[in-house]
Amino acid sequence: MKSIPVSTTINGDPYEFLCAPDETLLDVLRNRLGLTGAKEGCGTGDCGACSVTLNGRLVCSCLVLGAEAGGAEITTIEGMADGDELHPLQRHFIDGAALQCGVCTPGILVAAKALLDKNPDPTDEELRYWLAGNLCRCTGYDKIIRAVQAAAAEMRGA
Amino acid sequence: MRYLAAKTAGEAAAALAAEPGLTRILAGGTDVLVQLKSGLVEPALIVDIKQIPGIAEIVAEDGGYRIGAAVPNAVLGEHAGVVAMWPGVVEGANLIGSTQVQGRCTMVGNLCNGSPAGDAVPGLIAANAVARIVGPNGQRDLPVADIPTGPGKTSLAKGEVITSVFLPARPARASDAYLRFIPRTEMDIAVASAAVSLELNADDTVKAARVVLGAVAPTVIVAEEAGRICVGSKLDEATLARMAAACEAVAKPIDDKRGTVAFRTKTAGTLAKRAALTAYTRAGGTK
Ligand SMILES: Cc1cc2nc3c(=O)[nH]c(=O)nc-3n(C[C@H](O)[C@H](O)[C@H](O)COP(=O)(O)OP(=O)(O)OC[C@H]3O[C@@H](n4cnc5c(N)ncnc54)[C@H](O)[C@@H]3O)c2cc1C
Ligand code: FES
Ligand code: FES
Repeated sequence: MKSIPVSTTINGDPYEFLCAPDETLLDVLRNRLGLTGAKEGCGTGDCGACSVTLNGRLVCSCLVLGAEAGGAEITTIEGMADGDELHPLQRHFIDGAALQCGVCTPGILVAAKALLDKNPDPTDEELRYWLAGNLCRCTGYDKIIRAVQAAAAEMRGA
Repeated sequence: MRYLAAKTAGEAAAALAAEPGLTRILAGGTDVLVQLKSGLVEPALIVDIKQIPGIAEIVAEDGGYRIGAAVPNAVLGEHAGVVAMWPGVVEGANLIGSTQVQGRCTMVGNLCNGSPAGDAVPGLIAANAVARIVGPNGQRDLPVADIPTGPGKTSLAKGEVITSVFLPARPARASDAYLRFIPRTEMDIAVASAAVSLELNADDTVKAARVVLGAVAPTVIVAEEAGRICVGSKLDEATLARMAAACEAVAKPIDDKRGTVAFRTKTAGTLAKRAALTAYTRAGGTK
């Protein structure tokens, strides 16, 4: 297979890489660019562990080809903290013990941030529907919902 | 496998027509990438259509809307004009997958994937939507209803690419609705589904009705008789019971672990009744 050269922007920084035509964006991020925050849970769009944003939309990076990233703006979990300063969502996940094994956590954080960027004050129901594509085998979800709401409240200045 | 990001629909059609091996068109990729991952499908060529100018746009036309083939369903759901005119089409499209899948998946991909359980398809057929197709020999328009021919099969010829679907204008007192049954509330495949599109007369009786069923036959099907039964009524109990019976009569579902023949048949009728009542209320009808 012929490699495809791709130029893209990830977390505000320019990146260039070569990828195979059938290589997913998730594999590019993890195996070529060393951005291993996005996880592969299923590889088929069901679990959300690979969530990133592509041109402002939340997507599963396992369902995007690396070749499709040309000219796009991508954000991943690696872009969430500001240097050593954790994002409020990250802080509240730690404080609220909203993770156990942590495999789902990067995807859930990216997904939750995408919601709060659009709707700073979601109801629990809106939040649960928004996160329906992010599976967690450990926490039972309740602490995740509470941590996102606590972060949302802090971000609203409440 | 080769990957081509086509710059025009003509380029996409020519490349697909010239490839002797298996091909796939890449819209949102939410079916195509799952197929690639499974290893069951090994295309020689994938043609990404998202860079074709205008293909990701929604344009008002002749009082209706032309929806580009690469418009993600999340974007469709944010379009106030389409939501107001064709709420049932949009609710079907927006039921597909998760937030992540919505950011990518398209109605046309759902249609061309050819699943009889595709959630965007019944609403499009109830709406009498028309697909615009570009092929190696030029452009043609074809009703969406004529595209699915069986599970995983469509009537599109080799090299043909759908560039948009047109949702026609409708009178003020008209609306539609879509309902599916799944065993959970999110992220599952329809066991049975129904879309209903209605137009009302000034006296609140039904002027025209189109009832379409999903997941109960090898393709999405139009329940013609069920639609005729609604006409002239205000969807009273007796009419709805006859309409549901007419749906059951045309349902030819399969038995599998997700639902029995008897359950799917009955559910299709019940969903059609409920969707009809929702469409009636949305159209401004009062009993
Ligand atoms: C986690 C998950 C959940 C899902 N849930 C649902 C659900 O609830 N309901 C449901 O119905 N589906 C569901 N799906 C399936 C899928 O998301 C839908 O069928 C979706 O609408 C496909 O659209 P797409 O743009 O991603 O198609 P793609 O994967 O890009 O293409 C699908 C097929 O259509 C063909 N095609 C695409 N565009 C064109 C075109 N313009 N002209 C001609 N052929 C074309 C391709 O060759 C391919 O065969 C789910 C998938 C995933 C991964
Ligand atoms: S790895 Fe992408 S959704 Fe599970
Ligand atoms: S913390 Fe283990 S999957 Fe969510």
